[in-house]
Amino acid sequence: MNPVATPFFFYGLAAIMIIGGVLVITRKNAVHSALALISTLLAQAGLYLMLYAPFVAGVQIILYAGGIMVLFLFVIMLINIDRSMKERQFNKQWLIGIVAAALLGGLFISVYTKGKSLFPDGRVTFVESGNTQAIASLLYDPHTGMYMFAFEIASLLLLVAIIGAVVMAKKRI
Amino acid sequence: MDALTNISTLHYLVVGAALFLLGVIGVLTRRNVVIVLMSIELILNAVNLNLVAFSRYWQGLHGPTALHGQVFAIFVITDAAAEAAVGLGILIAFFRNKETVNVDEVNLLKW
Amino acid sequence: MGWLVDYITSYLKTTDKTPGAAGNIFWAFVYIVAVFLGLSVAVIAMNWLERKILAHMQVRLGPMRVGPHGLLQPIADALKLLLKEDIMPAEADGFVFWMAPLIVVLAAFTVFVVVPFGPTHAITDMNIGILFMLGVSSLSVLGIVTAGWASNSHYPMMGALRSSAQMISYEVAMGLAVVSVILMTSLNDTGTGTLSMIGIVQAQFAQHTWFVFKFFPLGLVAFFIFAVAMVAETNRAPFDLPEAESELTAGFHTEYSGFRWSLFFLAEYSAMIAVSSIAVTLWLGGWLRPFPNLLNGPTWDLVFSLFPGVTFLFFAAICFYNTARMPKHPLFKIQTIGLAGFGAVLGLIGLILFVPPVRDRVGDIFWFCSKVAAFMYLYIWYRGTFPRYRFDQLMKVGWKVLLPISLAVLVLTAIAGFVEAPFKEWLHQVL
Repeated sequence: MNPVATPFFFYGLAAIMIIGGVLVITRKNAVHSALALISTLLAQAGLYLMLYAPFVAGVQIILYAGGIMVLFLFVIMLINIDRSMKERQFNKQWLIGIVAAALLGGLFISVYTKGKSLFPDGRVTFVESGNTQAIASLLYDPHTGMYMFAFEIASLLLLVAIIGAVVMAKKRI
Repeated sequence: MDALTNISTLHYLVVGAALFLLGVIGVLTRRNVVIVLMSIELILNAVNLNLVAFSRYWQGLHGPTALHGQVFAIFVITDAAAEAAVGLGILIAFFRNKETVNVDEVNLLKW
Repeated sequence: MGWLVDYITSYLKTTDKTPGAAGNIFWAFVYIVAVFLGLSVAVIAMNWLERKILAHMQVRLGPMRVGPHGLLQPIADALKLLLKEDIMPAEADGFVFWMAPLIVVLAAFTVFVVVPFGPTHAITDMNIGILFMLGVSSLSVLGIVTAGWASNSHYPMMGALRSSAQMISYEVAMGLAVVSVILMTSLNDTGTGTLSMIGIVQAQFAQHTWFVFKFFPLGLVAFFIFAVAMVAETNRAPFDLPEAESELTAGFHTEYSGFRWSLFFLAEYSAMIAVSSIAVTLWLGGWLRPFPNLLNGPTWDLVFSLFPGVTFLFFAAICFYNTARMPKHPLFKIQTIGLAGFGAVLGLIGLILFVPPVRDRVGDIFWFCSKVAAFMYLYIWYRGTFPRYRFDQLMKVGWKVLLPISLAVLVLTAIAGFVEAPFKEWLHQVL
């Protein structure tokens, strides 16, 4: 069952992601940036589906697009920064920033062109089944699971973040 | 032409690198704190894309249940949620004091 | 052209896969169109039903003028909304104002990709079915927040913030109630549960019990939590403070008129049907007829397969009875003929549903739709009965009441699932 339209979907989703990313960093209006970021995140969920990672795609939609971006939009609306749309948008060291990013881009290009032979396009040939079950066995299974400790630490991290956010945003501690 | 239509791991890595660069430019050049935080989310998403692409490659080598990259990506998403919450909390606390959302006006400790 | 016919008929020969799982694009498209049309008809029917049932609960008649007993009222409403002037507030952000109803409608309709009307009657069966449904329905919060912001006005902004705060609060309780059901699906031989919607209904069939009755009262409490949270999630009474007319002048969709408002309306009813189908699939056995394991066998199958036809004939009988009760005035002639015609159509559908080939295939869809229809009636009943929650009471219920109860149900369900097998062995030894 060779997927037929894979390059079409890949280039379309990648284009949405890149254009969304460009819009995020160039828009004056923070709500427009947030909407562009939402489109980037949803396109990325599509790319995860193409990489046969449906659980990560579902988590991306429900947590990132449906949770974190709602948080961003809430804060943008509570802060109500109409005044900041009329100010200067880019800071004084924008040129150095772009030069640094260009150097980083050069590093990426050199690494990827030199290492192109490391990634042969291996087409996986086994039947896809039970992605969620496989992730769960890596997390929870007593015999094959190796990320249980990291899972507990992540839940502790979330608890600390909840307490921190509540304390930070309170008016009187 | 075949290299362009045959989507391999490298294609995903290049997209991830491009997104990472956009995020870095956003962090380094924008004044608005909320947009800087959103650029950080772009960076984390680029890293996630790399992780999941490599997980697919590793799965091809080591069997259908070798999904370590995907597990790592889930942890990164969890981490990004926690960081966004705390970052926005700090932003609200600072906005309440200084009435501004520009990064370069956070200069109380400047000599 | 031969390959096209082969492609179309090859799916008809496979009997155990949804079109998405079988990779058949043509039949997936046919299913998508069928679900879309069915949903549109359901929303139109809900509009009429809501007005009539609310009216009868309030001892009045509701719309009676437009068609016989107001049956054409939704069509008149749709025409009015399409022809109304499209107002956009000045200083409103044009692009975001236009995009917001689009986001809400897309989120409300995309959810139906995984809703199972039968063991193979779904558009596709994703591995992450229920996670996909919860995730995409949480995208509608984004549409509401941007709708309120883009209107550039106080009432919509406050309505949007309140509405979205309410929705994200009750999503947590919904998610935890769903997780306790997923725990119940893992009580099989392999010890592996499933997130796929079709898998959850098949787990209920394999465990011989609807999950609402499993580990009594845990399944029932989880169902109750979900039933309350889903009403709050869709901003319906008694949780409709953000959009009630007397409170915030229609909340986040104040500034929307005409077609854009009808998109919000469509999205709201579709979201209602979507979360009801989640509740039906997870707790009430999805497409399973009552007592599929207890009363099995060909005769019981035959008895239960007569239900769809009997239901439609019952509705046709009601139509004919009301036709006989119509006033015998010449001005009512068209309405009488219309109502008799409607009754004849319903009777014809009922008779078609008695034909054996149709009867065997339509049973699953009928049971699923009738259970969802029961939930729709409950929605209308809540609207007619309960007073509205104040916003702080609403948030208190969401965070301080539903969340601890759902956490407790989750822990107790896990414990019950763990001790179920040893407990049954012990019972066998004792008895």
